[in-house]
Amino acid sequence: MSDLAAYESAYITHEDVIGDVAGYRRPYYKTQPEYLYPPYRSTIKRAPTRSLVWLPHTLSEITGPVFGYDDVKPDDADLTRQHSGEPLGERIIVSGRLLDENSKPVVKALIELWQANAAGRYRHDVDDHDAPLDPNFTGGGRVLTDAHGNYRFITIKPGAYPWRNHYNAWRPAHLHFSVFGIGLAQRLVTQMHFPGDPLISYDPMFNSVPDDNARQRLISQFDWEGTIPDFAIAFRFDIVLRGREQTFTQSTRS
Amino acid sequence: MSLLSTPSQTVGPFLSIGFSALAVDALAAEHPGGERVLIHGRLLDGDGKGASEGVIEVWQANVHGRYASPEDPQNKPIDRAFRGFGRVLTNADGEFRFSTVKPGRVPGPGGTSQAPHLAVTVFMRGLLKQLLTRMYFPEEAANEADPVLKRVPADRRHTLIARRGADDALHWNIVLQGEDETVFFDF
Repeated sequence: MSDLAAYESAYITHEDVIGDVAGYRRPYYKTQPEYLYPPYRSTIKRAPTRSLVWLPHTLSEITGPVFGYDDVKPDDADLTRQHSGEPLGERIIVSGRLLDENSKPVVKALIELWQANAAGRYRHDVDDHDAPLDPNFTGGGRVLTDAHGNYRFITIKPGAYPWRNHYNAWRPAHLHFSVFGIGLAQRLVTQMHFPGDPLISYDPMFNSVPDDNARQRLISQFDWEGTIPDFAIAFRFDIVLRGREQTFTQSTRS
Repeated sequence: MSLLSTPSQTVGPFLSIGFSALAVDALAAEHPGGERVLIHGRLLDGDGKGASEGVIEVWQANVHGRYASPEDPQNKPIDRAFRGFGRVLTNADGEFRFSTVKPGRVPGPGGTSQAPHLAVTVFMRGLLKQLLTRMYFPEEAANEADPVLKRVPADRRHTLIARRGADDALHWNIVLQGEDETVFFDF
């Protein structure tokens, strides 16, 4: 056994230091929204007003729930086949890779998706937008990433819809994504937009991200290669989660 | 670092469409042994009103203090039937309720030992990114030396410690703003 291997082996079994874990990298400046963003009015009564307490990442934050095929069935990734008939709207394929900041694929990770129907209406009691419900569309799905971090959904393109945040406020068409990485500190909920949508630049949620390059990561790309003739056009949306700080202890488990 | 993280966005008001399928309010339905606890609380906004359509996600170790995750290197028993993950949606009054077992202690930094706790993530309309907090247990001597509680100003620590009610349930509110504002972490 090399000196390094011996040291590593001692490192992970010695109770005194087992809690000294390499944490996840903190967000890069201005690439994530702040809690308070007054143009999105609901943040005003919900953003913390007192100082956040800095949390060292411990075993509690670098671990996270593991999901499997008992939680996700193959059909859960196809939102067009959850009812007896086909939903109305433009059928689309949305796929991408789930990676961390170190470019490492996040495998067998749970991704949940929810969205409005083609008319811009959610199947939800709270949604009173005067647009039709679609009896053949619920709008929820989930998938596990494969061994390379790939995921793929089939769904319909959601419609834009009004909301009451400000005068003449419209949400651009979007899909909601919920992602579990390996560690709790990687947990991410985000929204995917469609390229070329003129409503995006008016959207306070989109604009809550200060850095323009970061904002652009919320927009999918048209995916010619993924488009299937006579079936559906495709969009590509890669998702990047935080990466672990690089330390030699990382090599002992991955 | 070669990539930068995707920005967070709010779950919005319709999250139940995506989250309901994997909601879990009984974390320890098949758990062998341990101290069973019922946890009951409310999610309160800046006006002190219950916030509906929020989601509370819980992550915890098992009774031995081991996480059901390959990232936990400890040589402690794993309970196959215990994932340690819970997810409940708040009701119209902002209430949430779940049952679990009290977790064991897990190591903290610098040779410390963390007091039993639940890591609690909150998503809701009006939150552009999740809030992360912790719930600790009442009448727990280990709280005194907990390396995370020590970082919290003494006059705010009580916001992270549940109270035992007359009904024997643990009561713990998540208060988004105001005098008893819950401590949230910069993580």
